[in-house]
Amino acid sequence: MDAVFGIPVLGFVLQFLAYLIDAIFTTNLPAQTLQLATPIALGALCGVMNERSGIVNIGIEGMMLTSAFVGFMAAVVVSDAMPGAESGIFGFTPALAVGLLAAIGAGMLVSLLHAWLSITVRADQIISGTVINIIALGLTGYLNRLIKPSGSAGTLDQLNPPAQLLDLPVVGWIVRMFLTSGPITTSVIFLVIILQVMLFRSRWGLRTRAVGEHPRAADTVGIDVVRVRYRNVVIGGIFAGLAGAWLTLEFNASFQNGMTANRGFIALAAVIFGRWTPIGAFGGALLFMVWEALGIAIRSNPPPGDLGVFLSGIQASYPSIYNNFFGSLPYLLTLIVLAGVVGRSIPPAAIGRPYVKEGAS
Amino acid sequence: MRAAVARFWALAAVPIISIVLALLLGSVLIIASSLVTDKSLNLLLPIVAYENLLQGATGLSFLDVVGRTVTINFSIDPDQAARALTSTMAATSPLVLSGLAVGIGFKAGLFNIGGTGQVLVGGFMAALAGAAVAQQPAPVAVAIAILAGALGGALYGFIPGALKAFTGAHEVVSTIMLNSLAAFAIVGLVNDIFKITGPSFARTADVGNAAMPILFGRNGNLGILITLVLVVLTWVLIYRTPLGFEIRTVGANPSAARYAGMSPRRLIILVMSLCGMFAGLAGAFEILSLGYYPAIFGTGIGFAGITVALLGRAHPVGILLAALLLGAMRAGAPAMQITAKIPIEIIDVIQGLILLFLAAESVIRHLLRSRTERVTPGEIGTVSRTYGETTV
Repeated sequence: MDAVFGIPVLGFVLQFLAYLIDAIFTTNLPAQTLQLATPIALGALCGVMNERSGIVNIGIEGMMLTSAFVGFMAAVVVSDAMPGAESGIFGFTPALAVGLLAAIGAGMLVSLLHAWLSITVRADQIISGTVINIIALGLTGYLNRLIKPSGSAGTLDQLNPPAQLLDLPVVGWIVRMFLTSGPITTSVIFLVIILQVMLFRSRWGLRTRAVGEHPRAADTVGIDVVRVRYRNVVIGGIFAGLAGAWLTLEFNASFQNGMTANRGFIALAAVIFGRWTPIGAFGGALLFMVWEALGIAIRSNPPPGDLGVFLSGIQASYPSIYNNFFGSLPYLLTLIVLAGVVGRSIPPAAIGRPYVKEGAS
Repeated sequence: MRAAVARFWALAAVPIISIVLALLLGSVLIIASSLVTDKSLNLLLPIVAYENLLQGATGLSFLDVVGRTVTINFSIDPDQAARALTSTMAATSPLVLSGLAVGIGFKAGLFNIGGTGQVLVGGFMAALAGAAVAQQPAPVAVAIAILAGALGGALYGFIPGALKAFTGAHEVVSTIMLNSLAAFAIVGLVNDIFKITGPSFARTADVGNAAMPILFGRNGNLGILITLVLVVLTWVLIYRTPLGFEIRTVGANPSAARYAGMSPRRLIILVMSLCGMFAGLAGAFEILSLGYYPAIFGTGIGFAGITVALLGRAHPVGILLAALLLGAMRAGAPAMQITAKIPIEIIDVIQGLILLFLAAESVIRHLLRSRTERVTPGEIGTVSRTYGETTV
C-alpha cells in the first residue's frame, strides 16, 4: 500500500479515499453529516412545500432564526419555572417540549405572514421573503440584546439503541448514522419519505403540483388555489420551525445573533439541486454538509501518512485559513453545484406568480 | 405648484406612510422594552428614544428629560449640530452606494443580495492597495486605493453575473453563498498573511496617505462628494444613455429585449459588475476612513442597501433620500443607546418594519383610496418570475 500511496498527487487522493472509507465505517462521520444536514434538509422541505405550490420562499432563513429564538426563550422560561424536572425519552424535559412546540408555532406564524403577503396582498414574493429575513435578524438581535437570556434549558439527547445493533456487520454504520442522534435529526429521514410519497401519491400532492404548475387549470377543475397555497406555506413553516429548534434545542444550548449563518439559503440550493423533490433535496443537503463533517473529522483526527503530514503542515503555517477553508466548504460546494446542475433543473411553472382569479381584478 | 405637490405625494405617499407606521410600531416595541430596561411600563420612552435619535443625527433637541419628567424645550447647540450633521452625511454615503448596488440591479430585473460580500471584498482590496501605496503622495494613494476597492467589488459582482448568464444559477442564492465565502476567505487571509504585529487584535497595515481625506468638520470626507457625483452619473446612465435604455428594457421585459436584438447575457454580467463596483466603493470608503482592515469587520451596509433601494423606488434620487433617513438613524443610534438604554438594533427592526409596510403597499394604497403610484419597481417582478429559470 505504501508504494501506491507514494505516487505524487494520485497518492494523496488514494490516501484520502482510504481515510474516507475508514471514517464512514468506524467513526461517527455519517451521523455527524446527518446532524449537520438536518437544518438544511428541513429548510429544504419547507422550500419544497412552498415552491411546489408556486410560492417562492427566500425567507426560510428568517423563519429558522425566529423559531430558534422563540423556541430557546420559551424553553428557558419554562426551565426557570420548573427546575429539576425529569427528562424522558430523547432527554425531553417539559422545558424542551414547550420550546419545540413554541419553535414550530413561531415558524408557522412567520409563514402565515409570508403567505398573507405573497398570496393575499400579492406582494412580490422575493421581496416578502427578504422582508422576513431582515425583520427576523433585526428583531431577534434586538430582543436578544435587550433580554440577555442567561440560563439554558439544555439540549435534547441522542437515542441509544442496543449495542448489538450498532455493531452489525456491513449495515452497522447505517444504524449509527440514523439512530444515534437527537429526535429532530432522527425524524428527518421519516419526514422526507412521508413528504415524497404524499407529494407524488396523494390527492393533496396532486393538487399542490397542479396549483404550482398551472393554477388556472387547477381553478377550473374546482381546486381552491388560494387555500392550497396558504395551507402549504403554513405547513412548510413547521419544517422551518423544526430547523430552528434544532439550532437552539438540539445542536446548541444557546442563541446567538444571526446563528442560522445562511443555512436557509443553502436549503434553497438543495431544493434546486433536488429538482423540487423531498428526497433529492435531502440528498443535496447531505452532499453539501458532508464536507463540513469531514472538515471536523480531519481537524480532530488527521489522516495518517503523507496526507496527514501535508495537512498538519498547512494547519501549522496557516491555522486561520485552514479552519476557514473547511468552514467555507458547504457554501463553496453549494455554489459549484448550483452553477453546474441548475442547467438541467426545471422549477414549477407558476413559481413566483401571484394568482388572480379570472374576472376578479 | 399644486401639480408638483400632487406628483410628489403620488410618488412618496406610500414610502412616507410606511416610515410613519414603522416608527409607530417601533414605539410599541420600545414601550414593551421599558419593562426590561425600567422594570415598569414607561409610555414616554419612545418619545425620549426618538428624540435622542434625532439629537444624535442632527443636534436638534426638543425635550428636557429629568428622570421621568419630560418637558418640551427646543434647543440647538451649533457646534453639536455641525458635528452631528457631518456624522449623518458620513454615515449616509456608503448607504447610498450600497443602495445603488441593489437599485441598479432592480432596474435590470436582477436582485443583488451580494452587497455584503462585495462590501467586504472592496474594503479588503482598498486596505491592501492603500497599505501598498501608503508612502505615496496623498492624492495618488487615495485614488489608487479607491480604484482598487471599486475593482474588487466589481470582480465580486462579475462572478454571480457570469454564473447567471452562462449557467442560470439564480443570483439570489449565488450572491448569498458568495457573501459567506468572502467572509471566510478574508478572515483567514487577514489572520494568517496580512496581519501586522503590534495591535492587540488582528488587522492589516495602516493605509497611511491613502486614508480618506477629510474635507470639512470631524468626518466630512471626500467619499461624500464622490457619492453625490455618482448619484448624478447613475441617473444619467439609467435614464439618458442607450445602455440605460437597454438595462431598463431587459428589466421590464427580457423577451422583448431579446427580440429587439439586445443581449441579456451581456447586460446581466455588466449590471452585476456595476452593482458590485458600487458596493465595493462603499466598503472602500468605510475602510479608508477607518485606516486599516480589521479581521472581524461586521457591517450591515450591504444588507441595508436592500432597504435603501426599495424605499427609494430604485431611483437614484429616491435612494439618496432613503439613505439619508437610514444614515441619520445610524448616526443617531449610539446616542439613543447611551441615554435611553434602547439597544442599537432597534434601527434594524425599524428598517425591517419599513420594508414590511412597503411590501404590503397595496393595502396602504387601498386605505389611502387615492391614486398613488405603485412603489415596488415593476422590474422586481422579473426577479421573481425568473426564479429558478435556466434560460437567459
